[in-house]
Amino acid sequence: MNTTAFWRDIRVLKIFAQVIFILVLALVAGYLYVNVTTNLARQGLTMGYGFMKNPASFGIGESFLSYEPSNTYARALLVGLVNTLVVSALGIVFTTIVGILAGVGRLSSNWLINKFAAAYVGVIRNTPLLLQLMFWYFGVILQLPGVQQAVKLPGPLFLTQRGVYMVWGEGTATLPAWRIFVFIALLSIFVIWFILRTAQERASIPLSPWWNLAYLIIPVLILLIGFVIEPEPPLQASIPELSGLNFQGGLRLTPEFAALLFGLVVYTGAFIAEIVRAGIQAVSRGQVEAARSLGLTAGQALRLVVFPQALRIIVPPITSQYLNLTKNSSLAIAIGFPDFFSVAGTVFNQTGAAIEIITIMMLSYLSISLFTSLLMNLYNRRIQLVER
Amino acid sequence: MRKLLFPLFSLLVLTSLVLAGCGTPAATPTAAPAAETPQTPEVAGGERLQAILDRGEVICGAHGTFQGFGFVDSDGNWTGFDVDFCRAWAAALFDNPNAVEFRGLSAQERFTALQSGEVDVLARNSTWSYARDVELGLTFGPVNFYDGQAIMAKKSIVDDPAAGLQALEGANVCVQSGTTTELNLADQFRAAGVNYTPVVFEDQNAAFQAYDEGRCDAITSDRSQLATQGQAVLQNFDDHIILDVVMSKEPLAPAVSDGDPQWAEVVQWVVYGMIQAEELGITSQNVDEFLTSEDPVVRRLLGVEGELGAMLGLSNDFIYRVIKHVGNYGEVYERNLSVFNLARGQNELWTNGGLMYSPPFR
Amino acid sequence: MAAIDTVEIKPPRLTVGPLAWLRKNLFSTWYNIALTLFAAWLLYLILKPAIEWATTEARWGVIEANLTLFMIGLYPREQIGRVWLCIFILAALVGLSWGVWKNAARGFALIALGAGLSFIAIALFFGWGVWEDWLIAVATLLIFYFIGRYLPRGALITGIAWLLYFPLVFFLIAGTPYIATLPPVESNLWGGLLLTLLLTIVGNFGALPLGILLALGRRSKLPIIRYFCIAYIELIRGVPLITILYMAAVLLPYFLPIDIRPDQVVRAMIGFILFEAAYQAENVRGGLQAIGRGQYEAAHALGLSGAQTITLIILPQALRAVVPALFNSFISLFKDTSLVAIIGLFDVVRISRSILAQSEWLGTHREVFLFAFLIYWAFNLAFTYGSGRMEEALGVGKR
Repeated sequence: MNTTAFWRDIRVLKIFAQVIFILVLALVAGYLYVNVTTNLARQGLTMGYGFMKNPASFGIGESFLSYEPSNTYARALLVGLVNTLVVSALGIVFTTIVGILAGVGRLSSNWLINKFAAAYVGVIRNTPLLLQLMFWYFGVILQLPGVQQAVKLPGPLFLTQRGVYMVWGEGTATLPAWRIFVFIALLSIFVIWFILRTAQERASIPLSPWWNLAYLIIPVLILLIGFVIEPEPPLQASIPELSGLNFQGGLRLTPEFAALLFGLVVYTGAFIAEIVRAGIQAVSRGQVEAARSLGLTAGQALRLVVFPQALRIIVPPITSQYLNLTKNSSLAIAIGFPDFFSVAGTVFNQTGAAIEIITIMMLSYLSISLFTSLLMNLYNRRIQLVER
Repeated sequence: MRKLLFPLFSLLVLTSLVLAGCGTPAATPTAAPAAETPQTPEVAGGERLQAILDRGEVICGAHGTFQGFGFVDSDGNWTGFDVDFCRAWAAALFDNPNAVEFRGLSAQERFTALQSGEVDVLARNSTWSYARDVELGLTFGPVNFYDGQAIMAKKSIVDDPAAGLQALEGANVCVQSGTTTELNLADQFRAAGVNYTPVVFEDQNAAFQAYDEGRCDAITSDRSQLATQGQAVLQNFDDHIILDVVMSKEPLAPAVSDGDPQWAEVVQWVVYGMIQAEELGITSQNVDEFLTSEDPVVRRLLGVEGELGAMLGLSNDFIYRVIKHVGNYGEVYERNLSVFNLARGQNELWTNGGLMYSPPFR
Repeated sequence: MAAIDTVEIKPPRLTVGPLAWLRKNLFSTWYNIALTLFAAWLLYLILKPAIEWATTEARWGVIEANLTLFMIGLYPREQIGRVWLCIFILAALVGLSWGVWKNAARGFALIALGAGLSFIAIALFFGWGVWEDWLIAVATLLIFYFIGRYLPRGALITGIAWLLYFPLVFFLIAGTPYIATLPPVESNLWGGLLLTLLLTIVGNFGALPLGILLALGRRSKLPIIRYFCIAYIELIRGVPLITILYMAAVLLPYFLPIDIRPDQVVRAMIGFILFEAAYQAENVRGGLQAIGRGQYEAAHALGLSGAQTITLIILPQALRAVVPALFNSFISLFKDTSLVAIIGLFDVVRISRSILAQSEWLGTHREVFLFAFLIYWAFNLAFTYGSGRMEEALGVGKR
């Protein structure tokens, strides 16, 4: 016989608390909704995404998709989104390299390298990214010489205030045909993986590791066939050359893009360096000593013993740094790169559709974040499984 | 004990924040009428004016970083063409050109500030356009500066001001985002069939700096801005040239929120009074001599005879105060813009072939 | 004697002294030599032009001419005494804390003292006229140190004084129409380092209560509350700060009734609080997770209610465990306040930009930005050092 009054029954109370919470939430939401509608009505504005089909009629400086001012607002936003994605993806690749180098440098027994890395990490981590971006853009890149007096680095890589020019592969007439070869080569890797796995399941003893060479040899063979059949290679080097007032050929990174990418890579790299250092230091010294006493060289110990273990510690925080990099790319607005936030801001200014634009903005960044963390979680699960 | 400090501490800070946030307007009786009862179209006339009179100062939205029009120097002093108009309204109401509180507003927030009642009047080189007048619920005063969008280029690229946009084929053009300028740029280049690459900055100064450093071949903005900013922030203004192409009409005018026609009229007639005074040759130097003038036009304007000021609920000598403290239109122009060699052009009096024309004071 | 010396075994290779240090740390193996040379070459490439530029080309006058702008923005110059008053009170509080909690507060006290003294030294060196104020600040700090040492119930008094300090600062900076000597100063005039610090402090301490609630909510057994908190935290953490600030600056007025129009600074503060709460919730959650079930069960066995368990048993331990994480958030928010420059507030970064538009200081980007870097860097360094000392003295994370 349950004698507790229902208002003191914990189960009832729990439901009651949630009902209250929903009510409060609904009240707040309703209050905000009423405010929004009255405020909009007062200004004679209406909500809706109809404006997205109207022509944007503003220019976008650089885009990886084709874009004209006569395109729609939706297209403009898409162009901005692609710009953000490109700069983030490149940034993630480069910042990982920089971060690992600096992180290992922080642990180096070489005093100069150690202090160098420490100074880099110390200064970059303690100052705002926005300021760094402005410094790189206004203080460094725009101070480079003009096109005529370009700074030439080996490569050739030309640094000018109108952008960075570098060697790039240019597709030849046979490029479309080559895509088929590359596709078949990639496909062959999957096929090999499938065959080897099936063979392994049937075999009673582990297959010889030499079979893994098939992953290398067969795709290369397929590509070699391509070289024999096709008259010319798919890409030819396009080298930037000064002709007249400007450089011809090669790949040009605009100053805004270069400053943004550089700034993001340098900034995030400092954080990744600390994560890498902490991860490596978290692997106990005994592990290294044991590996060394088993006869592994220092390099082998680092590669085979320390790194796999450190990786498990490193991946989750690095994931959040990748996300930070993507989100931080929104600071591009300060240096004139038309990223998603910048384009969305312009659309908002031209249409006045504040609520609609900010909703799109947040949802897009949120999806990028969720998608990146999903990928990294998959990877994380994989390396965690390897160990157990 | 110490463990409890943290939450307690933050709670107090939060409370103080709430007090600062909600309390500031309420605890400021001077600003209270403005903050709590923004002028909506259904509010009866005269309320805003009364609120300003009660408060004892005009809250004027201005540009803070635009030399010549609205600029705050490193000591926090406001100067500029638009700023002088703010002072003129203060002089008309309070006989004190310093009874103004300036709010530096960005291009993006200026109209919101007006609509929400944060500022009484906006004098921030804002273009009078149909949509702003009608859709945003604003009342624009008389045009105090006739402007137009222009484009400035390096002399190394274009050496003839008469050259058209065609001379800028393939150019990088620096421009500020969030302005009509950005749209006109796209429209005009499209119409002329000229390819260009926009480099867009959210801050006008950043656009000028990038142009100056050589990032762009040209920069576009209002002609007045190109001339003033150009001389202020370009390292060598003589290396640049402003093309004759007129890319748009930009009549710059002060604006108030719809809802208090009486206040709107004060704003309008002070500007007209300054134009009229210039036409009559009345300056801040000689205005006292004109008080004894026999000319009825002058006598009415300066409030020596008639009840013109009282009709607006002001002192009859409100134009006298404006001229005495701030000067006539020409003086204000001269004081702020002559250093930039910005020719009067359309901003000359109608008697000199310009567009500045005041309805009669009678 | 000499004969004996000659037959002595050769001393071992150097193990101490500069040469040995060099060999051990820079030239131990062939690749270390290569690395050292490479790093030295890189350093030379960077430092040589940098030093040449800093000593000859750079126009450092721009910093001196605009120092006040950097510090307080457009805050009325005739009201600058109010800012000094805040600094004096801060000096007094730091001195008092030093006297009362000797070890815990020593780090911060020494930094404050060092900062004051170096300002005096720099000011005297360059012949600026403002060093007297710093002298007062240093003197106040020292006087209150001695007061603190002999103050009965010092901990209680100092604690309460700190609690009152931040509201007082707001009161002093914002002013009130009821006191003639403290006329109101509109928040759109607050700028420079003053604004940056105010935003940091409000953002952090304002977000903490909300963050604690969110963290508790996320661990709640009630699904609706839990999912709501998860959704809020993940939404905020998934979008860039600038979008939230933008929302606060642009959208907030739409969500409020027409007669409430907080000004830009307050809107930015609200944005920071909403943003930082999500991150602090995750910090606090880490602390909550570190507390064993036994604590809950013991509290329950003692007859404490759920609310009592949380406030008296769990939170004090959890917060103590996450103090280092909270300090980290503080630093990171200090940097993040720079984003208000994009929504038009005159913090250190935007002030730097506006200085670059002054006709007499055109093209001084590097000087101005480097000085701004220095401000952020010095503050973060001092804060990191001070908080590290404090954590050490309090034994945070060790108990």
